[in-house]
Amino acid sequence: MNLDFEDDDDLAGNGPKWYQRTWSGILTKTKDKKPTPDGLWEKCKRCKEVAPTKDWIVNHYVCGACGYHERVGSMEYFDILFDDNEFTEINANLSSGDPLKFTDSAPYTDRVVVAQRKTGLKDAVRTAHGKINGQPLMVACMDFNFIGGSMGSVVGEKIARAIDYSLATRSPFMMISKSGGARMMEAAFSLMQMAKTSAKLALLDRAGIPYISLLTNPTTGGVTASFAMLGDVNIAEPEALIGFAGPRVIRETIGRDLPKGFQSSEFLVEHGFLDFIVNRKELKKKVSTLLQIIWSQKQN
Amino acid sequence: MANQNWFDFEKDIVELMDQLEKAKETHEMGKLDMTDMMATLENKIEEAKQTVYGNLSGWQKVQISRHPERPYTLDYIENIATDFIELHGDRQVKDDKAIVGGFANIEGKPFMIIGQQKGRNTKQRQLRNFGMPNPEGYRKALRLMKLAEKFNVPILTLIDTPGASPGLEAEERGQGEAIARNLLEMSVLKVPVICVVIGEGASGGALGIGVGDRVLMMEYTWYSVISPESCSSILWRTWEMKERAAEALKLSATDMLQNKLVDGIVSEPLGGAHHDPQAAYDSLKAAVLQSLGELEGMDPEDRIQERIAKFSAMGVVVDA
Ligand SMILES: [Zn+2]
Repeated sequence: MNLDFEDDDDLAGNGPKWYQRTWSGILTKTKDKKPTPDGLWEKCKRCKEVAPTKDWIVNHYVCGACGYHERVGSMEYFDILFDDNEFTEINANLSSGDPLKFTDSAPYTDRVVVAQRKTGLKDAVRTAHGKINGQPLMVACMDFNFIGGSMGSVVGEKIARAIDYSLATRSPFMMISKSGGARMMEAAFSLMQMAKTSAKLALLDRAGIPYISLLTNPTTGGVTASFAMLGDVNIAEPEALIGFAGPRVIRETIGRDLPKGFQSSEFLVEHGFLDFIVNRKELKKKVSTLLQIIWSQKQN
Repeated sequence: MANQNWFDFEKDIVELMDQLEKAKETHEMGKLDMTDMMATLENKIEEAKQTVYGNLSGWQKVQISRHPERPYTLDYIENIATDFIELHGDRQVKDDKAIVGGFANIEGKPFMIIGQQKGRNTKQRQLRNFGMPNPEGYRKALRLMKLAEKFNVPILTLIDTPGASPGLEAEERGQGEAIARNLLEMSVLKVPVICVVIGEGASGGALGIGVGDRVLMMEYTWYSVISPESCSSILWRTWEMKERAAEALKLSATDMLQNKLVDGIVSEPLGGAHHDPQAAYDSLKAAVLQSLGELEGMDPEDRIQERIAKFSAMGVVVDA
């Protein structure tokens, strides 16, 4: 299991480090809530094309020149998916306990507080329901900048409760994964979130309610080995790193470099584990069309 | 000593046993009457055992769980069950030798028994891939579990793995999907599911056959999200902090039970199953039959709901 969530350099060969800081101030606000940051420019991490920040925002942080999908968080996905960016977040205040009193170079509780302060988030997933082109949808979306999107009790519990909401209201569920895997500092509690979320999805499956899983860069470890791979329809953004074991672990195991494109979204489509790849700009349309066909029109 | 594989932390016991051995020799050769000395040494050995095994650290338990003479899945099957009919293959790719399974009777009661299998020598270890299953292993396990469900046969899984196999082929064939599918399907199996960690319970590779109505751990085993060595290498960038990592992970059977992440502990002979395998077999068999007794009378749907509720309750969150 790839738990090395701090090892961002490993992810899908994304080249040099992107300045997260540049984005963080902008990403926490949507275009509706904050005036467009005129005069700011951003450089594409991959092709180095420079474009005005307001263009990046309008394009949902997809590079206009090369199509590179910059990493974004739950705020942006909610904005992309929900009609008029209107949604109701549930269980927004759940935050981590520290049942194991885990301490490495710093106590786990300190790490959580630092992450909360840095990101303005409570933990690595947010759950909200709203309408997508008029159809109800429950969305759970992970935030990578919160301790590498790692899954601890809060992530598992919020996803479980989101699925409960879907079951209670008979509304489709969508998961947006973006995670380095398990949160080591919660040890076996973290592991059992895999069983918890998968068990809830089994109930959703039995109830015949649609579950769409979107995998984004990166989705690895225990997240891949539980809810992320269990969609009725599994989809991914282009060129995302998706796998169970992390690339470094595999490289060390086999003692040679990995083939180009190994564990990319495209690789997973070829091997039969994803239904299709979706450009972020097409995401809302594709998902709502799918839901319209398999679900919504039967409900009226 | 007959047992070549003593741990450093067992040194006091081994030294006393050597002394006892010598005393016996002297006595038997008729040179001196060593009766008193032998009795004293035997008492001391007993005391030393209580001291050593009564105060094992997390890391020491990890070491015992990996003892090369520890019983593996097929040893348990051979000694707790009769009429074992091994079944092979996932019907898609191949037969993964890191997972074994088949129908058998335990005290006349039918079971589907599935477990990870480690090897005892170099050749076997390679054949069994060190007990690290590939996706086809998890799919074989699921196929057998579905078969058991079809014929209303309870399932026993024996967990003993250092993790799911990391490799090119494992990723190509969807290791993540295979484990995920098992977690989902196991949660809603209509038959009783009993899982026992008999050695190493590492990560998703263990959990992939570990969603049950009863999840038990044998006394000297571990179960966590990561091995202490890997945890050490990630958190401290060195393998040398493994002892501290083992403590921090709270991975022992007692810790796991205390945190309500498993349902019970199966006792082992003092010092570990390898000291007296038959005692370990008897203990496991009794625990399995007791669990089955508690589960078999239940309505299948109630059992499923209870199973899901149990896993749903795992985790500690604060609503603030
Ligand atoms: Zn670009």
